[in-house]
Amino acid sequence: MAELLSVENLTMRFGGLLAVDTLSFTARAGEITAVIGPNGAGKTTVFNCITGFYRPTSGQLSLTHAGGHGFQLQSLPGHRIARVARVARTFQNIRLFAGMTVLENLMVAQHNTLMPNVASGLLAVFGLGGYRPIQARALDKARLWLDAIGLTERADDVAGALPYGAQRRLEIARAMCVDPVLLCLDEPAAGLNPRESDELSALLLRIRGGEIGDGCSILLIEHDMGVVMRISDHVVVLDHGKKISDGTPEAVRNDPHVIAAYLGDGDEGLE
Amino acid sequence: MTMLRDALLSALVALGLFGVMIGLKTDPGPTSLVLTWRPEAVAIAVVVVFFGRLALLSWRASRPAVAKGPGQVAAVMRKAGKYLAPVLLVLTATMPFYAGRYYLDLGILVLTYVMLGWGLNIVVGLAGLLDLGYVAFYAVGAYSFALFATEYGLGFWTCLPLGGLFAATFGVLLGFPVLRLRGDYLAIVTLAFGEIVRVVILNWVSLTGGPNGISGIPRPTFFGLTFSAAGGEGSFADFFGIEPDISQRVIFLFYVIFGLALLTNWVSLRLRNLPLGRAWEALREDEVACRSLGINVTITKLTAFGIGAMFAGFAGAFFATRQAFISPESFTFIESAIVLAIVVLGGLGSQLGVAMAAAVMIGGAELLRGIVIAGVDLVEYRMLFFGLALVLVMVLRPRGLVSGRTPSVSLGKAREIPAEMVAEGRG
Repeated sequence: MAELLSVENLTMRFGGLLAVDTLSFTARAGEITAVIGPNGAGKTTVFNCITGFYRPTSGQLSLTHAGGHGFQLQSLPGHRIARVARVARTFQNIRLFAGMTVLENLMVAQHNTLMPNVASGLLAVFGLGGYRPIQARALDKARLWLDAIGLTERADDVAGALPYGAQRRLEIARAMCVDPVLLCLDEPAAGLNPRESDELSALLLRIRGGEIGDGCSILLIEHDMGVVMRISDHVVVLDHGKKISDGTPEAVRNDPHVIAAYLGDGDEGLE
Repeated sequence: MTMLRDALLSALVALGLFGVMIGLKTDPGPTSLVLTWRPEAVAIAVVVVFFGRLALLSWRASRPAVAKGPGQVAAVMRKAGKYLAPVLLVLTATMPFYAGRYYLDLGILVLTYVMLGWGLNIVVGLAGLLDLGYVAFYAVGAYSFALFATEYGLGFWTCLPLGGLFAATFGVLLGFPVLRLRGDYLAIVTLAFGEIVRVVILNWVSLTGGPNGISGIPRPTFFGLTFSAAGGEGSFADFFGIEPDISQRVIFLFYVIFGLALLTNWVSLRLRNLPLGRAWEALREDEVACRSLGINVTITKLTAFGIGAMFAGFAGAFFATRQAFISPESFTFIESAIVLAIVVLGGLGSQLGVAMAAAVMIGGAELLRGIVIAGVDLVEYRMLFFGLALVLVMVLRPRGLVSGRTPSVSLGKAREIPAEMVAEGRG
């Protein structure tokens, strides 16, 4: 499998705190790569660096598209990472547009398709610039994802009023409407009941396999080991900003370093 | 018992407040101001507060415990709104046929504020950016209109878009440095910008005439036909062979501002259902999420600022041609505050609410003129009524007269979203 994302010597320092320390790993195309580790290990910081919310102190984040086109994520402005490099993400604490409907959430995600530039956005006011067919296509894509997450019935309901599990799914669908090549999920199973986690795993496998959408690799932060072990192709374990293990779920599960980090060696508590 | 104590306390507070505010009156004396002590007025005020509080408390106690839910109120308002908007539109469009000169002038004033309110609604209501310096763009529009018209002799219909264009440019120029600020900080900086523009106008005497303002701004023409009381060659009355009458100009001005206001309304309603407007609303809901979806937050904010400013510029240009004279005094902070109050009272993002609030606040206040009670013209107390209206609306309908938003796109039947769900934006 081709390399999709390559993280090299990533370091992120907040004042005196070293959140991520010369971390290197790769995520391959068509795989689900999980990043796990105890709380405070630096997982979300890595995500924020990849998706442009933080500028890394040093290190390289290279993303290579299937066509061979490469991007240096650490030097791209935040919004271009989603738009050009096609990396989409969800958030640990759900960030939907709570006052907008489910459908509107999916339409906002297709903003750049609907409005390639300001001029076309303004021309659309006067019905110019061929806006209608573009909107029809965007609505079709929104319908596709609504079906995939089982929210078609609730398309016109306000997003903030959805049950928690549905909000999680909607956030994933919204990220997928960006047409990403890499989807970064920050604890998608947090707060879900076992049945919902199973549905989520199934959804993620379908996304990876290209059964819905055009196929997309996934980078996953997750504490629910059931989900991680079931769906991941590759697991990276962080502790205190450093990588302590890297490999298949099976290999990682039996790695003594990982067991020590999770069960605690000395003063650290159970995750 | 608790009621009595509560009422007594209120009366005490009233005594403390009104003791100086009402109790002491300044009168011009032979050499300087003389203080007159009016204990009877204070006594009346305190007694009114005492019994008023008592009445309010007993009314509250006697009221059934189950209050009308906000949903019900919203449903009634929505139903009313469906019929109210067309009725108001027809009433406004036919106003020159039944209203006198005074009411037409008042109508022009109200429509100017409706337009400003709708323009600011784009920035504050949709994009959630708190702009306290909106009057700056109004001033830029008015002054660019006045300068182009007087210095270069350009006509009304050339200067009007120029005024809007200049204001929009200023909006974007201001936007670049300040839009990285959020919430209160943005509000303070826009407030400062409003003042800076006014102070520059005041002091750049060679260009703007400073405190003397610009006078002799040409009046608008109807496809080149002028409106003048004397009639004569090339005038509107002469061309159509009717008696020259000054009210023809007023009617024309009325329809110009009516058209401009409708244009503002149409553009903002249209934009709301397009990606750009949806991005503004998404920005108000969650800026971080917008960025993660590849939306260029800076550009999106700038367009909101620029388009809002453009409509203020149009309104300013109209103001200049109507008054034929402008000076910095017309563009003080209180204007920004009034327009913002109209938007907040009407309900952020609501077109009908803003129009109603403007009619009540500007028209209603003006109608108080001439109503004399106990020797004082009520119009002197318009700020008091302003404050009262704001407090009342904020207590009874904290999200404005007409709140809630209609989804911009729907698969089935669009359902109104209750205001409680909608974010107000943090800039």
